[in-house]
Amino acid sequence: MSEKKILTPDQVDMSVELAGMKMKNPVVVASGTFGFGHEYNQFFDLSELGGICAKGLTLHPRQGNPAPRIAETPMGILNSVGLQNPGVDAFIAEELPFLRKFDTKVIANISGNTPEEYGIMCEKLSGAGVDMIEVNISCPNVKAGGLAYGTQPELAAEVTEVAKAHAGKVPVMVKLSPNVTDITEIARAVEGAGADAVSLINTLRGMRIDVNTRRPVLKMNTGGMSGPAVLPVAVRMVWEVANAVKVPVLGMGGVSKGEDAAQLMLAGASAVAVGTALFADPYTHRKVLAGLRDLCARQGLEQVSQLTGGVKPW
Amino acid sequence: MKVERKCKIVEKSKMGDAIWMTLEVGDMVRTSCKGPGQFVHIKCGEGLLLRRPISVCTCSEDEPSDLLSIVFEVRGEGTDWLARREVGDELDVMGMLGNGFPVKPDGRYLLVGGGIGVPPMRGCIQACQGNCTAILGFRSKDKMILSNLFDAECQKVLYATDDGSFGYHGYVDALVRQELTEDRNYDAVLACGPKPMLKNVYLAAKEFGVPVLVSMEERMGCGIGACLVCACDMKDGTRKHACKDGPVFNAEEVDWNV
Repeated sequence: MSEKKILTPDQVDMSVELAGMKMKNPVVVASGTFGFGHEYNQFFDLSELGGICAKGLTLHPRQGNPAPRIAETPMGILNSVGLQNPGVDAFIAEELPFLRKFDTKVIANISGNTPEEYGIMCEKLSGAGVDMIEVNISCPNVKAGGLAYGTQPELAAEVTEVAKAHAGKVPVMVKLSPNVTDITEIARAVEGAGADAVSLINTLRGMRIDVNTRRPVLKMNTGGMSGPAVLPVAVRMVWEVANAVKVPVLGMGGVSKGEDAAQLMLAGASAVAVGTALFADPYTHRKVLAGLRDLCARQGLEQVSQLTGGVKPW
Repeated sequence: MKVERKCKIVEKSKMGDAIWMTLEVGDMVRTSCKGPGQFVHIKCGEGLLLRRPISVCTCSEDEPSDLLSIVFEVRGEGTDWLARREVGDELDVMGMLGNGFPVKPDGRYLLVGGGIGVPPMRGCIQACQGNCTAILGFRSKDKMILSNLFDAECQKVLYATDDGSFGYHGYVDALVRQELTEDRNYDAVLACGPKPMLKNVYLAAKEFGVPVLVSMEERMGCGIGACLVCACDMKDGTRKHACKDGPVFNAEEVDWNV
């Protein structure tokens, strides 16, 4: 055995970098699970987070899909919110100033009906001063755009190119869908089109049926699945993507504790997002961060970033 | 403000199919009570990812700890887990959440509850100091809950059962019409129950020009307005959220045709 340094958890340097964006720690909250921060700020100071992926925005306000929009599944949930949001202008005017009060990175998440819409939103947001733009090409709950862009490499590349061309100096991260045969194909396509980072996984399409009424629980029939049940899929896909591209990866999908986050980082993620777990435990980020610190201290790692890509595949 | 607390069960009893639990909730009532009709969001074990929203039946400020009572039925895994907790056990509770009924202490109200929608109306009695009439509907006599409390605390109580085994044979909206024909001197009708019932109560009260406030139920996620799953369709085409904008809405604003 090589000599290991004895470290205490508070000696571990938790800072990480994602496409040039320096974060105080690797835990961000996933888009769609955290609104624009007001609600969870009742529980804790948002500055505790490495970053906040804000609720997904569209060019114009959207009311989203009819309810029911949520169903519980074994160790998971399905949602079919459908990008309800006040639109990018309202975000910039009313929500961004609030988020900017905190010492955390603000990542705007955008979805468009056309590549042009992505471009317009990127221009508005880069001018307004966000730290990063997450380009959503993988929402399973909207008809136009959404998933369609995320499942075809040419379209994914086109959207990425337009976004990059209008984002100025703000880094562009493309959020990938797991609902594809080969996720590395899409990852390569968006990297080739200039993406600065990729985030994955968005939700997996799923369905739950009420056997008494024979009706799907969700009014949209199907929805996007998240929660601990999807973690192994996320780990596998992060690993595949990290091996296929050079740009950094934000890993997400089913994280609720330090070990989950460590798996995604070992698979190749530079940082991780928590989402669904927040609904049961609003303090999930603390548990994840404490778990990561303990793990790093135990393994003698001075920096949490040393976990990234450290898996030793057979 | 503190939203999440560990709360000890100090009282538990069975009422027909429903379970009554009283919790010690620290300063929750003092710091977050906005009126009857609010709810608490309870974690039901480690295996379930979603908390269960349960209406507050009654609550009071107390020393050293405020008290809050819930009444619920076993509907699935979560409430089944909750029903198996005993006095002395601790629950992880977020609350009090949502907006509640705007009850004026000197107002006079017609309270309408259906089934497990009856318990939250108890808080309304207390808020208007008993200056109210209650119309309660149940599937059958053996499903009736809290009737002794309503009988004791309201000026008048009318009952309806779907099968006619107690009181009026039929639905509560017929009794609402009957009561308002005799006496429409109410500040508002306050109602909680299944959506079809709420719609019919609204339509009945509308004939008499009495305003109606309804407590809407919808499948919830976070319970605080962040995840946006518990959408309620409004007449103006917007979708509000039961957890944050509600659960109490002005019936006039709700789109009843979806």
